[in-house]
Amino acid sequence: MNKKIVKLKIKRQDKPDAQTYWQEFTIPYKERLNVIACLQDIQRNPTTQSGESVNPVTWDCNCLEEVCGSCTMLINGKVRQACTALIDSLEQPVLLEPMSKFPVVRDLQVDRSRMFENLKKVKAWVEIDGTHDIGEGPIMSDKVRAQRYALSECMSCGCCLEACPQFSLTNNFMGAATFSQVRLFNLHPSGSMLKEERLDAVMGEGGITDCGNAQVCVEVCPKSIPLTESIADIGRQTTLQTLKNIFVK
Amino acid sequence: MPKRKKKIIVIGGGLTGLSLAMKICERNAEVVIVSYQSLKRSHSVCAQGGINAAIDARNEGDSPENHFYDTIKGGDFLAHQPLVRDMCYQAPAIIHLLDRIGVAFNRTGEGHLEFRRFGGTLYSRTAFAGATTGQQLVYALDEQVRRFQHDGAVKTLEWHEYLGAVLDSQGICRGAVLQDLRTNTVFTLAGDAVVLATGGPGQVYVRSTNSTVNTGAAATMAYLQGARYGNGEFIQIHPTAIPGPDKLRLMSESARGEGGRLWVPRNAGDARPPKSIPDSGRNYFLEEKFPLFGNLVPRDVASREIHDIVYNQNLGIAGEPMVYLDLTHKSKDYLEDRLGGIIDIYKKFTGEDPKDVPMKIFPAVHYSMGGLWTDYETDGNGMIEHGSPRNQATSIPGLYAGGEADYQYHGANRLGANSLLSCIYTGLMMCRGIFTYIENQDKSVDDIPSTTFGDSRNHWESRLNEIKAMKGSENPYQLHRDLGDIMMGNVLIVRENKKLEKTIREIDDIKTRFKDVNCVDSTDWANPTPSFINQLYCMIELSRVITKGALMRDEFRGAHYKPEFDLKQPSKFDPHEYIDYLEKKNYGEVSEDAFPEGHLEYMKRFEANNDNWLKSTIAEYKNNKPEISYEPVDTSIVTPRPRKYD
Repeated sequence: MNKKIVKLKIKRQDKPDAQTYWQEFTIPYKERLNVIACLQDIQRNPTTQSGESVNPVTWDCNCLEEVCGSCTMLINGKVRQACTALIDSLEQPVLLEPMSKFPVVRDLQVDRSRMFENLKKVKAWVEIDGTHDIGEGPIMSDKVRAQRYALSECMSCGCCLEACPQFSLTNNFMGAATFSQVRLFNLHPSGSMLKEERLDAVMGEGGITDCGNAQVCVEVCPKSIPLTESIADIGRQTTLQTLKNIFVK
Repeated sequence: MPKRKKKIIVIGGGLTGLSLAMKICERNAEVVIVSYQSLKRSHSVCAQGGINAAIDARNEGDSPENHFYDTIKGGDFLAHQPLVRDMCYQAPAIIHLLDRIGVAFNRTGEGHLEFRRFGGTLYSRTAFAGATTGQQLVYALDEQVRRFQHDGAVKTLEWHEYLGAVLDSQGICRGAVLQDLRTNTVFTLAGDAVVLATGGPGQVYVRSTNSTVNTGAAATMAYLQGARYGNGEFIQIHPTAIPGPDKLRLMSESARGEGGRLWVPRNAGDARPPKSIPDSGRNYFLEEKFPLFGNLVPRDVASREIHDIVYNQNLGIAGEPMVYLDLTHKSKDYLEDRLGGIIDIYKKFTGEDPKDVPMKIFPAVHYSMGGLWTDYETDGNGMIEHGSPRNQATSIPGLYAGGEADYQYHGANRLGANSLLSCIYTGLMMCRGIFTYIENQDKSVDDIPSTTFGDSRNHWESRLNEIKAMKGSENPYQLHRDLGDIMMGNVLIVRENKKLEKTIREIDDIKTRFKDVNCVDSTDWANPTPSFINQLYCMIELSRVITKGALMRDEFRGAHYKPEFDLKQPSKFDPHEYIDYLEKKNYGEVSEDAFPEGHLEYMKRFEANNDNWLKSTIAEYKNNKPEISYEPVDTSIVTPRPRKYD
């Protein structure tokens, strides 16, 4: 019987400043394999296709069901989560590379702290008086809730930034994920009290005006977040804010 | 007590760690959050269905007292009643707080919070944000912590691993030993108190609904350093998950809360596609056996029934260990709005749409009711003393624990949507007590000689170097798989003493093989292997705690099912008869004919069993192995009685 196998070609890098190199691995096929299961298989037998013993490939992952955002990488050139990348639907050899818009830590691991720093810049939170019991939250229609929920599913995976032609390793463009969070918090009754500060933050350098409107962000978002709508909406909000800054202040 | 700000080290960035950090910041102390990864990615994001609070938004007559009773009964009376009662009374305020910080909870027509049904209760008590409630709660709390971080009150050490507590000469915890997972350097951090909010140990079984970080290593390390570990054998098996080679993905109980039905073809070998099997050909086994709770019986009950249908009655779908979870009778829009998150997961992993085709599911390891032993204090009226330094304190002074890492709230079986609650409740609740603890210290961490910290660091540095030098023949990742297979095979839904005895010997074999591990990566930058080998060591030790506890507990309680010790409740038994019996007994001998035939005998068996076993299991690490003892549970509010859901 012809034993089915899975072929993988993985881009590796030992340290942030080290040279990259490719290695090929072959693992036995099983039903319902995903990329993570293949990488786990390599951990259990870290030997390349040519029989060389190597260090196991390193990668980030946690939930394995596409809610934590950790295992984002380039799979056959496309940015996505490795947990939902099923071998049956991938062309082989499966090419694995780290995201290219974030600094590589090791192998398929990258440092995405820039995304979280941006969330600080735009004050992506609701300012509350305190955690003590002061009764119910604000009344909100379920329609607004549904709109907010869709935005709030953003798991900071970085797919939209990887795909964005404007976002690069060296510039300071904030990108779709951040703009969408501005919209999320501006939609909340108490969150909107920081609306002007948030808009000011995205009107500066690296902000909304740098968006080249390539619209690829929305195509790669694994959670189908309406990112281009968010960009358009924040565009409108900042235009109004600019006028307000001119005439009111 | 030093003049400087208090400094608390919180290990873990899930719901418990984040809630506590937020609370500490409000009290103007310093907090360092240590997380194995970026904060937004903790396992709490995997919680799906919702969070319980008896707000009674639907005017069904629900109350915190009902919530308390359901939780205690769901846990087969092994949970600590004063704590659970306090948690249930605080729950509405917790939900309102979460709502205020922006959680996108589903809402009613008037714009208030919407609630849905969940297992083990007859009330609509579960607030939810689609089917990704845990993720939404983590994000909202993470945002609050980020706000404090922005103001400089929180320091986060992401990509750092907790290795152990720094203990002074008196055994008081004075800080933590940490490893930077990028530079792989080991260092100590001094603090006035350390809190383990490190989640559960699902990785002991390898394939479970848990995330890959859920090794339970931090809690196990505390146990190895002398902390007591409680109720280790109580592992929840969730009835509905998608089988998979790397993970068993959870299909939320909310699927049944929203009307989902479990069934199998009535005739074994009925190979028709599910949609073409008429109702008469379907066995809705939970609805038939439990007319009152139906598909929403608690998880331990549902998992046992699925196991029985598949393995004893051989009625699994096409002879495979799977049953249908059917939502196809509900409208697509409704399902998308209420359960979109899990429907997507199912679609992405199986290629089938649960809106069109019934899902195929099977039970999976999900949650540990047990965890580090933690204390609490009640006032003269049996209410929780919120400022007590004993609250959530482990048996190592200065080391606290909360969330899934503790053991008091869920007894022998956790009710759905109570985990998010207990995580946030413990996080918020323990803050005051920790401050009292710090204020009461006669000697502060500043007075501890630096050698104490140096010694701890050296110990861990050489431990990791020893691991790096291991050049045996066993691949650690394979050894982990083998441990998982042993645990899955024997310490799951049905437990038998013979198999458990064998399991203990098999774990010993794993321990022997561990000595021959090959550290397959010995580089010194972002090298996860030595750290994993250390976690594997912890998982082996914890599997011994779980298995030994299971072997020794000769009874059937909640998730711990030993058929041999099933008390065989008579079919027409009413739990109130037991209260009646206890009352009658107070007045002397109870006559045989006071109850239907067989009932009195059953009740006597039940009472005798509780005398023996209604106790917390306590494991302590002595002479290189777990030593098991038992201690009483506070059952002062509700009299323990037989559970019944039909």
